[in-house]
Amino acid sequence: MPDPSPWQAATIVDIHRETRTATTFRLALERPVLHRAGQHYVVRLTAPDGYTAQRSYSVASAPDATGTIELTVEELPDGEVSGYLHEVAEVGDTLEVRGPIGGWFVWDGDEPAVLVGGGSGVVPLMSMLRHARRSGRADLVRLVVSIRHAEDLYYTEEIQGPETTVITTREPWPATGRAAGHLSAGDLPPVPDDATVYVCGSNGFADAATALLEASGVAPRRIRVERFGATT
Amino acid sequence: MTRGFVGRRGRDPRLPPGQYDTGSDWPVLTAEPTPHLDVASWTFFVSGAVENPTTWTWDEIHQLPLAEFHGDIHCVTTWSKLDVDFAGASVDVLLAAARPTAGASHVLVHSHTGYTTNLPLDDVVGGKALVAWEYDGGPLPVDHGGPARLLVPHLYFWKSAKWVSGIEVLDHEVQGFWEVNGYHDRGDPWLEQRYQGD
Repeated sequence: MPDPSPWQAATIVDIHRETRTATTFRLALERPVLHRAGQHYVVRLTAPDGYTAQRSYSVASAPDATGTIELTVEELPDGEVSGYLHEVAEVGDTLEVRGPIGGWFVWDGDEPAVLVGGGSGVVPLMSMLRHARRSGRADLVRLVVSIRHAEDLYYTEEIQGPETTVITTREPWPATGRAAGHLSAGDLPPVPDDATVYVCGSNGFADAATALLEASGVAPRRIRVERFGATT
Repeated sequence: MTRGFVGRRGRDPRLPPGQYDTGSDWPVLTAEPTPHLDVASWTFFVSGAVENPTTWTWDEIHQLPLAEFHGDIHCVTTWSKLDVDFAGASVDVLLAAARPTAGASHVLVHSHTGYTTNLPLDDVVGGKALVAWEYDGGPLPVDHGGPARLLVPHLYFWKSAKWVSGIEVLDHEVQGFWEVNGYHDRGDPWLEQRYQGD
């Protein structure tokens, strides 16, 4: 596979809030590269004294020919890069980015996929869902997204549809009346024998989701995991 | 330069370029479900370009002299964790038993999950690498690769394969899981060798 691209300039062309703590940045790439759904970019900030900070963010937009990508960034407490992006960055600013990166947690749109996301883990899965819908293959994809409160849902109206199940852990989900509660086996769609399962979320979520999938007979080799967060 | 970004002051000189100190957190990053391995059936092998392919059981590897590491670890996702303690068996001792052939130049490290990572042989000898089962005086937690992981702390941490099952010694380079997917073959954090071409 080709090497990831070197650093390039990306101009912020749109900023919109997803939730109280998450924001989507649309970036126009100086040298557009077609990404694969599920890949990420690294964003690098440079201070006047040469100090740099960089973090990886998944692409939320589908692969397309616009020459732009959307990154959805969750603002973390004391987050050095996410804090800058939320508090300082404006439309017209230029960032350094590098990507697209990753050849494992990717879906190319030609085989069945079950997508299981917790919180901000939905971002790379949204790229896959958008890719599926845009290419007329929404039938290949099922998405389950777990959030705490209804207000924590990213891509609110767009994400919902026949492919999508939303579950809420702290309050009932109004659309289905499902009671508040963590992901359970009953929330997961059937996993076709030829499907790959993509799990993205915190460590706790990823462990819980993979355990449920394995208990329901899905072989570990068919489960791809992208996780974030820490144990202490 | 990024408009309006000043960066943090008082940067620790132990942090390689582009890294930040994760403090007491220890992020978990894996690409596969966490396996739960039983030490009663756990084994570790050294095979390939060696004169004496050898496999150790959990009890047998614990008979070897305990090797310790105190220092810093660096993940390609930009966190570093300072002042950590690991203990286990020195890879030097394991290789001495298996006796790499004269032409041996690289290793491909295998995990019980199927994960692999490649390293130059020189990077796992000379006291630079352990098979570690102890962290901070206790058993290595399963999320962090327990019961045992490779520890190659001078390189980015994806080289320190979790749930390690063995070392395949080679007379040429064979790329592992992340390396096939665009990550660097060596991964020196001080040279920021994150991706192929760095």
